[in-house]
Amino acid sequence: MYVLRNWSVRNAGTLEWFYSGFSRTLVFADPLFRLIGYERLERPVAAIEASVKGLLFDCRMCGQCILSKTGMSCSMNCPKSLRNGPCGGVRPNGMCEVKPEMRCVWVAALDGAVQMSNPNAINSINPPLDRSMEGRSSWLRETRETVEVETLHCLGDVNHSEKGETV
Amino acid sequence: MNVHPAASSDPGLALDRTAVQNTERPVPNTGMGRLESVLKSGRFAVTAELAPPDSADPQDVFDRAAVFEGCVDAINATDGSGANVHMSSVAVSALLKARGQTPVMQISCRDRNRIAIQGDALGAAALGIENILCISGDGVQVGDHPGAKPVFDLGSISLLETLRKMRDEKQFLSGRPLTTPPRLFLGAAANPFMTPRDFRVRRLKLKVDAGAQFIQTQYCFDVDILRSFMADVCSQRLDERAYILVGIGPLASAKSARWIRSHVPGVHVSEEIVNRMERAEKPAEEGRRICVELIQQIREIPGVAGVHIMAARQERHVADIVRKSGVRVDSRAQSET
Ligand code: SF4
Repeated sequence: MYVLRNWSVRNAGTLEWFYSGFSRTLVFADPLFRLIGYERLERPVAAIEASVKGLLFDCRMCGQCILSKTGMSCSMNCPKSLRNGPCGGVRPNGMCEVKPEMRCVWVAALDGAVQMSNPNAINSINPPLDRSMEGRSSWLRETRETVEVETLHCLGDVNHSEKGETV
Repeated sequence: MNVHPAASSDPGLALDRTAVQNTERPVPNTGMGRLESVLKSGRFAVTAELAPPDSADPQDVFDRAAVFEGCVDAINATDGSGANVHMSSVAVSALLKARGQTPVMQISCRDRNRIAIQGDALGAAALGIENILCISGDGVQVGDHPGAKPVFDLGSISLLETLRKMRDEKQFLSGRPLTTPPRLFLGAAANPFMTPRDFRVRRLKLKVDAGAQFIQTQYCFDVDILRSFMADVCSQRLDERAYILVGIGPLASAKSARWIRSHVPGVHVSEEIVNRMERAEKPAEEGRRICVELIQQIREIPGVAGVHIMAARQERHVADIVRKSGVRVDSRAQSET
């Protein structure tokens, strides 16, 4: 919903704070997810994610969420699906070139980004979308990836301390 | 940069040799394309935009290019500009190349996905096309087929990265290796006049980071804004990483000046120019005079490497505008000393 979408950008900082808590909970629940099986969870979780994020951000479920880089403005609402900043046609009043009744998602992103913990994340280049991930849950993917990275780190630490002990 | 291994077997080059004799001056064969070597030599470059015909006759392309003979360093072949159907930019570029001209092939992300675009880039390079300008493209709703599917599989930045990867890493976007990489001089568009201001240099920097070696900007009708933009560009040393060609074009009438001002997002026509067009007895002539003055002023701005002339429906006046601006004479004199 357009009104809610604008609200989300205005409250990007709060939403980021909320999401960081939420994602920690998901990471905490990882053993449970593994027990049930991530693949089995995919459909129900994706459905919940789609409705929550659809409401708040007009999310299109691209499956590779970059909301935390774009100040909570979903770049998939750009009629040109641009994932790396606006086209050259933004109107002087900040509205979209293609849909003059909509604020350019990247103008909104700039507003939202200043509220984020890393305001410069908006400047990094995003790879082209992998359309095969469309419709899949970003929450689950991120949870899984975070846990994998953390496990790697732990292993690294263990190796370190083991080395430390042997020396 | 290495000479393209496929160059010797390039079918365009055989035709080239006869045509080259007619072109005005040879450029040192440094193994790079003409546009790139002109820019590298520090000469003020002039490029112009050709509107591809709505026709299957190659002669229409040659006729449209003939007006630029001897007055430009490269000719842009637009890719479905304004979301209207025209002859494809690959074909126009190949035809120009075969005539010894230097095309800049534009690729828009609107109509083709990553599979088609990468294939086109390979094919273009095989036909001897060296310069590719990567743009996002206009939305389909402004063109003659508003019901078309807007593809936008890639954006201008991911397109730049993709082509750079093909050239430098000899790989497709998927990571699959290719045997002979395309030798490409990569360009991008920039808009020094866009709002919000924050994006002006930021976008340019992203594009340079992604692989843009030259930039052609949106129409400049406000030199003051351009000056401050270029100052920012130079302070970030982006002018050392990419050649910046400023877009210009002659206004046809006061009406069109006002229309562009209020209807074309991203173009800013200064108050002074609108007034001059309104006061002029012969607005079309005044428009061209303004264009000549703009070139001369733009030339003095540090960091600017050239101009890109987009003279929609006034292409026949381009040679005159370039001559009056004096930039080519100066640059030739400079290169001779
Ligand atoms: S103006 Fe903004 S939202 Fe509209 S097409 Fe351009 S980048 Fe996308």
